[in-house]
Amino acid sequence: MKNKIFETMDAAVADIPDGVTILSPGFSGVGVPRNLLAALNRQGAKGLTGVSNNAGTVDENVDIGTLVEAGQMKKMICAFTASTHPSQVTAFTRMYNDDEIDAELVPQGTLAERLRCAAAGIGGFYTPTSVGTELAEGKEHREFNGRMHVLELPLPGDYGLIRAWKADTAGNLVFRLTQRNFNPLMAMAATVTIVEVEEEIVEAGELDPDLIHVAGIYVDRLVRIPEDGIWV
Amino acid sequence: MAEKVKLERQAMCDRLAMEFQDGWIVNLGVGMPTLCSNYEDSSREIINHAENGVVGYGPLAKAGEEDRHLVNAGGQKVTSLPGMACVHHADSFMMIRGGMIDVTVMGAYEVAENGDFANWRIPSRKGGGIGGAMDLAAGAKRVFIAMEHTTRDGGHKLLNKCTLPITAPGVVKMLVTDLGLFEITPEGFKLVEHAPGWSPEEIQEQTEAKLIIADDLKEFRFKA
Repeated sequence: MKNKIFETMDAAVADIPDGVTILSPGFSGVGVPRNLLAALNRQGAKGLTGVSNNAGTVDENVDIGTLVEAGQMKKMICAFTASTHPSQVTAFTRMYNDDEIDAELVPQGTLAERLRCAAAGIGGFYTPTSVGTELAEGKEHREFNGRMHVLELPLPGDYGLIRAWKADTAGNLVFRLTQRNFNPLMAMAATVTIVEVEEEIVEAGELDPDLIHVAGIYVDRLVRIPEDGIWV
Repeated sequence: MAEKVKLERQAMCDRLAMEFQDGWIVNLGVGMPTLCSNYEDSSREIINHAENGVVGYGPLAKAGEEDRHLVNAGGQKVTSLPGMACVHHADSFMMIRGGMIDVTVMGAYEVAENGDFANWRIPSRKGGGIGGAMDLAAGAKRVFIAMEHTTRDGGHKLLNKCTLPITAPGVVKMLVTDLGLFEITPEGFKLVEHAPGWSPEEIQEQTEAKLIIADDLKEFRFKA
């Protein structure tokens, strides 16, 4: 069996080049691959495009916003390109206002389905979401069963940075509660999938095959989060 | 006439929660709509759904009892209930677009008499915050809105037509403000319950759109 285990977060992201698309999951601070993002921040790749629910928060924890603030991202594709409250000014907010970063705003369910579509080898899908709004302008419209839909296209990534609860040496992944969110979709939609794991990485065969959330064939690299790593 | 009072946010959300029926699957937006979950009625079971794929979660976790892996859509630590399930984000929005959500309650900047509403972008600020709002508005069986009746400077929010970019066209069914409860009918806003002390004429003065006054107009209900 191919060895997928890397000893450090830094080694796992060392070869990520400039200019690629990074899929970065997490929702409301849960299931965020903070250790891998911190390593990518240290590694210094630039000109990256990020796909994430938001472009960073006002809290102190490492997230995709850390890379935005460091000038590593040239574009963000997310469901929030403005904070939910004007008082929350992030690095992204400042840079976006000053045209220092590009952004594409995507409804959250459309973001999830575009990732799923990329993973599934589907060429696109029609959704009623955003019909009649300015987000639908310029998109192909088509009526099904009397209801208007818009065409949305797949959203693949070059590298997926993933946070999982459990893993085995084959790369099979299990998530816990709302940690799952975008993680399985991004693990499957990325060309190279790198996972930080909370629990000890067990031998293949020790996880119940019926309870696996992401099959190991999607996973390229696994790193156990060290005791002094980021656990939030 | 009773003393004129504006409704508190909790009373507004309690009133919408009174409309929830036994067994409904409910998605509450971040902020004020979350208060709907404080309304207690042991005669019915409500199933809470959040965009991050948790369905059937319980009340907010008490200090010291939080689970770092379990949050609602607003990032608040919540508790688990027997029967709770967690799915990934695409499956969560499959539930939303697929018609599994009986009602979504959201906040809004503006609601129009044709049921359009706006809650994701203010043109003076660059970018927008859509989150799951457009999917919920397009996919839930019912859209309820909870918001203040006017802006802080007294500007109208119940309009003939939305002036801000809309979230979805023609979907709002019910609206509660600090002045009363409104149904959105094919003819426009219908005032069905008024805040204590407020006459329909006084509420109309605070409203751009022409209100239809319900034949059986009642005072606002604070309890079922």
